Amino acid sequence: MLSRIAESLYWIGRYLERAEDTSRLLEVHQQLLIEDPIVDPEAQVDGLLAVMGLDVAPEVPRTFETVMRLLAHDPNSPGSIAASVDGAREAARRSRETVSTEMWESINTFYLAVREGNLAQLRPTQAFRMVRERVAIISGTADGTMSHDEGYHFLVLGRTIERADMTARMISSAAFSASSPYAWQTTLRACGAHHAYTRYYQGRDSDRSAAEFLLLDRLFPRSLVHALTEAEQALANLDVGERRAGFSGEASRAIGRARAELEYAPLDEILADLPAAMHRIEEACGAAGAASSRRYFEGAAAMQWHGGAW
Amino acid sequence: MASKVTCWKHFVIRVTKVTGVFDGYAPTPATYDEMFDGPFVRPAYTSIYTQMQHLREEEIASRSDFLARSYVDEGVTFDIGGVERPFPIDLVPRLISAKDWSQVEAGVAQRVRTLEAFLDDVYGAGAVFRDGVMPRSVVTSSPHFHRVVAGITPPNGVRVHVSGIDLIRDVTGQFRVLEDNARIPSGVSYVLTNRRVISSALPEVLSSHRIRPVERYPQKLLAALRAAAPAGITDPTVVVLTPGVYNSAYFEHALLARLMGCWLVEGRDLVCQSGRVMMRTTQGLRPVHVIYRRVDDDFLDPVYFRKDSLLGCAGLVNAVRAGNVTLANAIGNGVSDDKLVYTYLPDLVRYYLAEDPILPNVDTWRMEDPAHREEVLDRLDELVLKPVDGSGGKGIVIGPQADRPELDALRARILDDPRGWIAQPVVQLSTVPTLTDGNNAGPRHVDLRPFAVNDGGDVWVLPGGLTRVALGEGELIVNSSRGGGSKDTWVMSGSGFARGQEPPAGPIRVAPRVTRAESVVVQAQDQEQQQQQFGGMPC
Repeated sequence: MLSRIAESLYWIGRYLERAEDTSRLLEVHQQLLIEDPIVDPEAQVDGLLAVMGLDVAPEVPRTFETVMRLLAHDPNSPGSIAASVDGAREAARRSRETVSTEMWESINTFYLAVREGNLAQLRPTQAFRMVRERVAIISGTADGTMSHDEGYHFLVLGRTIERADMTARMISSAAFSASSPYAWQTTLRACGAHHAYTRYYQGRDSDRSAAEFLLLDRLFPRSLVHALTEAEQALANLDVGERRAGFSGEASRAIGRARAELEYAPLDEILADLPAAMHRIEEACGAAGAASSRRYFEGAAAMQWHGGAW
Repeated sequence: MASKVTCWKHFVIRVTKVTGVFDGYAPTPATYDEMFDGPFVRPAYTSIYTQMQHLREEEIASRSDFLARSYVDEGVTFDIGGVERPFPIDLVPRLISAKDWSQVEAGVAQRVRTLEAFLDDVYGAGAVFRDGVMPRSVVTSSPHFHRVVAGITPPNGVRVHVSGIDLIRDVTGQFRVLEDNARIPSGVSYVLTNRRVISSALPEVLSSHRIRPVERYPQKLLAALRAAAPAGITDPTVVVLTPGVYNSAYFEHALLARLMGCWLVEGRDLVCQSGRVMMRTTQGLRPVHVIYRRVDDDFLDPVYFRKDSLLGCAGLVNAVRAGNVTLANAIGNGVSDDKLVYTYLPDLVRYYLAEDPILPNVDTWRMEDPAHREEVLDRLDELVLKPVDGSGGKGIVIGPQADRPELDALRARILDDPRGWIAQPVVQLSTVPTLTDGNNAGPRHVDLRPFAVNDGGDVWVLPGGLTRVALGEGELIVNSSRGGGSKDTWVMSGSGFARGQEPPAGPIRVAPRVTRAESVVVQAQDQEQQQQQFGGMPC
C-alpha cells in the first residue's frame, strides 16, 4: 500500500487512542480533586501537566479549568482531546479512499461534535464518556468494516504503541504521587482497569498487586505487556519477509526488547525505580514509531524485493 | 387541491390545508421554466408536482434538513478558499424527458468526437489549418497549447477520456453548448451522491418514476482508463492523482478513487525512473501505468512546466512520450476548451465528422475580429464578456449588471488584449423550482454538465449529469466556486413513470395561488381573483 496512506492510518490509530486515554486520565484527575481529602490541588495539576509533557507558564492558574482547556477542549493546545480528534480526522481525510466509508463517517461526526464545542458545553463527566464511546464506536467500526490487511495492521500498530506509551505515563504519574494512599487505585481507574483488577485479586489489593496488574497482566487489554504484545504482533503481520531467525525490523526489536525486559525482570527490581522503567518504555515506543516511519512511511529506506507480493 | 371552490364550508377547510410547496410560484418572464408552462405543469413533471405539493410544510423542511445534515456528516464537501463546506443540494429534482435526453446524448458524443479529432490534428498533422477552417494563430496563441506534447499519440488514441460539456436551455427550451471542458472537469461525484441522498429524502417520488441509474459511472471510467493503458500491459495499475486535501474537488478525487478501487496518490507519492513512473509503497516502488490526473497541466511536471510545482512529478512528460504511462486526460487538451476555439466548433464538427452540429452554440462574437469588436464595444452594457481561458465563472462581466466604471475598465482590457475575450448575449438560463428560505419554491437558473467517458471505442454519456443552480434570485452564474448549488438530475427512461404511476392524461392545471392571510374574507377575495385569473370556476 502507499506509504503516505499507511502513515495516515498509523496516525489515526495513535490520535484516537490518545484522545481516549486523555479523557480517562482527566476523569480520574477530576475525581481525585473532589474526593481525596489530602491532595494538594496545585501539585496535582502540575503532576498531570508534566505527565502529558506540557510546559505551562508559571503565571497560569493551576486549576481544573486550566486542565480542561489545555487537555480537553482547546484545539490549539497540542495535547488536548480536541487537537487529537482534529489530527485523526485530518489523517482520515487524507486516506479517505482507504478507510471504510462507515469508519470515515464515524470519525467525521465525532470531529463535528467536538468542533461544535461539545467538550466544553457538556458536563465534564459526560464529555469524557462521549469521547470514550465515540472512540469505541470508531474502533469497532474499523474492526468490523475494514479488511484486516496491511492498512488495518498499521492502524492497530498506532493504537497499541500509543496505548503502551500512555499507560507508561499514567503509571509513572502514580509513582510520582506515591504520597497519596489512593494513587494506585486512581491509576487503575484511569486505565479502565479497576473492575478487572478487583475481580482478579478479589479485594486483596495492595500497591504492589496494582502495579503488577497494570504492568504485567497478559489478559487485560490495557496493561503494558498486553499493549506491547499486540504492537509486536502488528509489526510481525506487516513484515512479509521470511522469518527464520530473529527479527529484521528495528521497530520489532525496540518493542520486543521492552516487553521482554518487563516480563523477565523481577517485579521488585522494576518497582525499585519505576519512573526510570516507564521512561524506557516511552523511549522504546518512540524508537519503534521512528523506525516504522523510516521503513514504511518514507518508502525509500527498505527496498526489499518480494516478487508479486503486492 | 384542484377541487372546485363551491361553498364557504369547503373553502375554510382548504385554507388550512393548502400550503403546497409550489404555491405562489411565479416563473421569471422571458425565461424557459422547466416545470411550468404558463398555468400548466409540463407533462414530465406532473408526478413530482402532485406528490411534492401534497407534502406538508414541516415535511418539506425536515426532508430538506436531512439533505443538508447527511452531506455534513458524510463530508460531501466543496472547498472555497480552503474552508470545507457541505455542497448545497436542493430537494426538488430536475427532470429531463427521454426525448430531450436523446438529443443531448447524441450531441455531447458528437462534440467529444470532434474535440478528439481536433486535438489529434492540432498536435499532429495540422490539416485544419492547411484547409483554412481555422487560422493556426488561434491555437498557438492559446495559453493552454503545449508544444511539448506535439507528436505524442496516446496508446488507444484517446485524449479526452473524461469531458464535461456545459449546456444551457434557451428561452425556447433548446439545449445549447455554453462551453467545453476537456481538461479536468469536476462535479461528477455530486451526481453520484445527490442520487443517493435524494433517494432517501424522496423515496416515494423517486419510486414512482423510471429514472436511468447513474451509479455505473465509476466502472465505465475505470474501463476507459484500463483501455488506455500502454501497449503490452495486461493488468494495468490505475491511480488517481490529486493535488491534495486542500484542493476544492478533493472530495471528488477520493470518492472516485474509492469507487474504482484505485489508489489516490499525490505528486510526492510518485517517482520517475528511466522513463517509468513508480509509486512509493510500504513494499518499495511499484509501477504505475495509467494516471487519472486531477492536477492542471501547469503543475504536472516541473521539468517542462512550472518549476516550483510540488503537486506533480518530475519526468512525467518523458514517461508519457516513452509510452510507459498514460495520462488521462492528455496534456494540452486545454486548447480545445479555449473560448475562441469554441466559436469555431460548429465548423469543426462539419469539417471532421461531415455532420451538422446536433447541439448549437450560444451566439458569440470574437473580439479579435475588428468588425465584431466594433459592434460589441458599442453595446457592452447589453452583453456578457468572457475571458477565453477562464473557468469557474472567473472574470466574467455581465453588461446589464455592471456599472459605468466597470464597463470602462472592461473596454480598456478588451482593447489591450482582444484575443483574450469573447462576447455573448445575456442568455436567460432556464429555471427550475428551487426551495428558497421559506420552504417555498421559487424559480432559479440552472445549467447542465453532462459527463462523457471515451474508452476509444465508444463515447458514453452519463445519463443525467450535474445540474448546477444559482441559489440567488435572478443570479445567472451557477459555478460552485461562486456559491452555486446543485440538483439531482433525473433522465427519464421510456415514459419516465413507473408502471401504474402514470399521471392522468391531459394537462394538470396549477393550483390557484393561496397565501395564508389573517382573515378568511380577504382570503376569499384573493381566491376569487386568482380563480378568474387562471380561468377557474367562480364561487
